[in-house]
Amino acid sequence: MSDWRPSASIEHLKQRAELLAQARAFFAERDVIEVQTPVLAKHSVTEPDVQSIEVPGYGYLQTSPEYQMKRLLAAGMPSCYQLGPAFRHGEQGRLHNPEFTMLEWYRLGFDHNQLMYEVADLVDTLLGPKPYQRLTYEDVVGKTEGRPRDVLDLAFAEACERLTPGRFFITDYPADQAALARINPDGQTAARFELVIDGVEIANGYWELLDAEEHRQRFKTDSEIRQQRGLPAVAVDEAFIAALEHGLPECAGVAMGFDRLVMLGGSAKALSDVTAFRGS
Amino acid sequence: MATYSTNEFRSGMKVMLDGDPCNILENEFVKPGKGQAFNRVKMRNLKNGRVWERTFKSGESIEAADVIDLDMEYLYTDGEFWHFMKTDDSYEQVAADQSAVADSENWLKEQEVYQVTLWNDDPIAVTPPNFVELEVTDTDPGLKGDTANGGTKPATLSTGATIKGVPLFINIGDVLKVDTRTGEYVSRAKT
Repeated sequence: MSDWRPSASIEHLKQRAELLAQARAFFAERDVIEVQTPVLAKHSVTEPDVQSIEVPGYGYLQTSPEYQMKRLLAAGMPSCYQLGPAFRHGEQGRLHNPEFTMLEWYRLGFDHNQLMYEVADLVDTLLGPKPYQRLTYEDVVGKTEGRPRDVLDLAFAEACERLTPGRFFITDYPADQAALARINPDGQTAARFELVIDGVEIANGYWELLDAEEHRQRFKTDSEIRQQRGLPAVAVDEAFIAALEHGLPECAGVAMGFDRLVMLGGSAKALSDVTAFRGS
Repeated sequence: MATYSTNEFRSGMKVMLDGDPCNILENEFVKPGKGQAFNRVKMRNLKNGRVWERTFKSGESIEAADVIDLDMEYLYTDGEFWHFMKTDDSYEQVAADQSAVADSENWLKEQEVYQVTLWNDDPIAVTPPNFVELEVTDTDPGLKGDTANGGTKPATLSTGATIKGVPLFINIGDVLKVDTRTGEYVSRAKT
């Protein structure tokens, strides 16, 4: 007989519904409005370490609503959030599923420090208040100088697993891991942060880079790395670049893995314990 | 030769690592949100039984190991090799050496069926059933009237193995059921 039952308990699914409602109430109270952008769109990200699921003839399932939400911001949308599915090719495990629920939001006029406070407020609301510790990337992995990127990535992933129990904000990522964050005045680090709770990466945020030309440069670097690694080429999203050229307002933004948050809230061990059904 | 990519790794899969066949026990996907993906893999070396943990970059491939587990009947030992025969009526035989037989030597009984692990058709491991029945060849004389206090003694079995925890009422010639995983006495076999 086919295994038709949910992978999560009904109790965990009720808890998920409660957390979704609380998150929406949190933003409603702060006048951050909910938006919905297409999950299926023509372009996707160039990032070498994020692979998109291609839908032939249509484009890609979005790995995050980032580009489209920033186009909304450039067009005059105030601070906004999105709570919906995101997709990543090839990510499957206890803490990964090719489809997952992402909570992403942008705050006009915030920098990454202000946004970290808001992230902490939201987590306190959803999981109950706890203290937060702040560490730099080098606090977590040790000196970065002269160590190749893959070595750092593994060291970082394994060091994060050891950040437990507790809540940790990690800041001052190396400039070459800025993604779409602006570079700090020191020229060496990026205005990027992550939140790790009980050894699980929960959120990644930036004081957003605004400069269109700098975006082009970073996308070019991404494409070169993709080529070196033999990964499929991804065309630059020109609509996103055009929106940046029009002007993205000063803002900070963050993406949170909502399923992981539900998992921690329910003391569950794996994402499949809190998603209605196990992914493909 | 077939290869498996990290994303195909499943527990029970047989692969080659550092020249030895291994059985994958666990495969954990590890990836920082903005960083490269890795697979942290636990595997048992099938030649020496040791458990190894290795981290691969996701997408890396390693060679599959030509390993199969076969049920085979134990025939005899010539002192150097232990001879087993396939149970598929082919009468095909293999000879396992000391390193393959290892501790299973304690539980080998003629005409019993064991699981023999073949790598490139060579036996590399012999696994006994969880329970075997073996005759006692030596033990202290049974003590009548002393069954209540649960006292035990060692006993030597027909294979030469000595097991502990044998009740005092057991005598030479009795057939015992033994748990091969723990090497412990289970019960007196029904005769």
